[in-house]
Amino acid sequence: MNLHAVRAIYRFEMARTWRTLMQSILSPVLSTSLYFVVFGAAIGSRIAEVDGVNYGAFIVPGLIMLSLLTQSIANASFGIYFPRFVGTIYELLSAPISPLEIVLGYVGAAATKSIILGLIILATAAVCVPLSIAHPFWMLAFLVLTAVTFSLFGFIIGIWADNFEKLQVIPLLIITPLTFLGGSFYSVNMLPPFWQTVSMFNPVVYLISGFRWSFYGIADVSVGLSLAMTLAFLVLCLATVWWIFRTGYRLKA
Amino acid sequence: MSTTCRDLCSSAISNQGQRAADKTSPASLVYRVRMPPIISVSNLSKTYASGFCALKGITLDIRRGEIFALLGPNGAGKTTLIGIVCGIVNATEGRVWVDGHDILASYRAARSLIGLVPQELSTDAFESVWATVSFSRGLFGKPPNPGHIEKVLKDLSLWDKKDNQIMTLSGGMKRRVLIAKALSHEPQILFLDEPTAGVDVELRKDMWDIVRALKASGVTIILTTHYIEEAEEMADRIGVINKGELILVEEKHELMRKLGRKQLTLYLHKRHTALPPDLQDRGLELAADGSELVYTYDTQAERTGITTLLKDLSAAGITFKDLNTTQSSLEDIFVNLVRNAK
Repeated sequence: MNLHAVRAIYRFEMARTWRTLMQSILSPVLSTSLYFVVFGAAIGSRIAEVDGVNYGAFIVPGLIMLSLLTQSIANASFGIYFPRFVGTIYELLSAPISPLEIVLGYVGAAATKSIILGLIILATAAVCVPLSIAHPFWMLAFLVLTAVTFSLFGFIIGIWADNFEKLQVIPLLIITPLTFLGGSFYSVNMLPPFWQTVSMFNPVVYLISGFRWSFYGIADVSVGLSLAMTLAFLVLCLATVWWIFRTGYRLKA
Repeated sequence: MSTTCRDLCSSAISNQGQRAADKTSPASLVYRVRMPPIISVSNLSKTYASGFCALKGITLDIRRGEIFALLGPNGAGKTTLIGIVCGIVNATEGRVWVDGHDILASYRAARSLIGLVPQELSTDAFESVWATVSFSRGLFGKPPNPGHIEKVLKDLSLWDKKDNQIMTLSGGMKRRVLIAKALSHEPQILFLDEPTAGVDVELRKDMWDIVRALKASGVTIILTTHYIEEAEEMADRIGVINKGELILVEEKHELMRKLGRKQLTLYLHKRHTALPPDLQDRGLELAADGSELVYTYDTQAERTGITTLLKDLSAAGITFKDLNTTQSSLEDIFVNLVRNAK
């Protein structure tokens, strides 16, 4: 295993985060904090509790998940797309490094950034709203699993995209709507039966439900199902990445 | 090393390019028979998805420690060939061994020996010179070695720029950064794809000095270039590639000796409007408004015909005040080869 290479990529990507601190960390933290201020302090006090949880606190897992998904995708997709865009990918392809090591470096760094971000948002939320974590281990497990899975997904997007528009289109047009409609701000049980059934086709529902369960012990779907869906998506992403490196799709001529 | 590779290695001296080398000293012959080529390319072909056939059955051996110049017009397949050896492009057919390691089956061992300086100035914009060169060393599996990075940067006159962001450097400096990145992991083989494209004359001379110094340190260098002058100046052997086919591989001096044609220019005492009938069809040409007579001859021919020509000119009453001979340059040879291949 070329651990020097994994470390080099990881450090290179993390250095980019610190260099762009405003964009990478502060900006998503600030925008998510605004949700807490608006829904937690201003509007939240006028909304009834959901499943016995204060509304401001109820939306915290969903909002962390929203940031986690979008930032994991953004970090990982940009991390691999930029070398392709500027041409420095030649060095990665000509180095004595395996696909697994490349993925470990890029996805590891992207997931690390997202987890740091998620934890900062969590700390910020704890200041703004009454927060409790019923299952800390599972909370961290869902956080890490989701960050890794969606960083892998972002990595795939970064290889698939051949322009900046494509890089943005999936996070903006698919992930964000799915997250908003995946129960970030409400319990799926509050919807009419028809829309409850439709929601079951939204994979983000399972992520948010499982993550919320780790906080408050309440869930829209069973925790086992949430975990299984997350793992299934992880396996799907791993298989796609394996196929990409096997065929050289969008990487090699 | 695989049997096939060993066969290739032992048969290497039979290829066109190496036949010439065999005529050199016996010691050199023994060395070359014993030392397998550092790169062996066998029947390599590449057809892109568009249907464009960039390489057609290339077979080539690169010797240890040599500077090999690959010449060819745009689109000839030079960069594709380099791309396949380095792992950037997938070959359609054929195999490549680097120091006996198959580039696919033993890609780690093969790639760790190679440094690549690409044609394009593809660099990170926001990283510092030091960071990007250190990154390259790590990527190639080498532990950090600040002493080596410092030496490479000093050798390339980049030391005082080590903390600068790459985006602030000139094109020539960026080219040096790419060389520094390629040398960061102490490669045994260096590919330079058009290293002096778009750089000024002074920097080009600097690059030549760098390449010579690398060769002196034992690095094998494969160089592609449009500048024939560059190949003529530096290469030990020359390969000419055109439309995906390797037209020729030859020792540079041998190539120039074999294919070089000489011209004898006679500066006449009087202007002549036409040649006497006896002297026509002898490869003679009147130039400079009839004040010069140019005779083109083959240096390899048994008889160059110069003695007879001078005798006949004297008999015809054509006298000259001076004479000059010139040998065709590598550029002339290259242009002729490519033209004949069309």
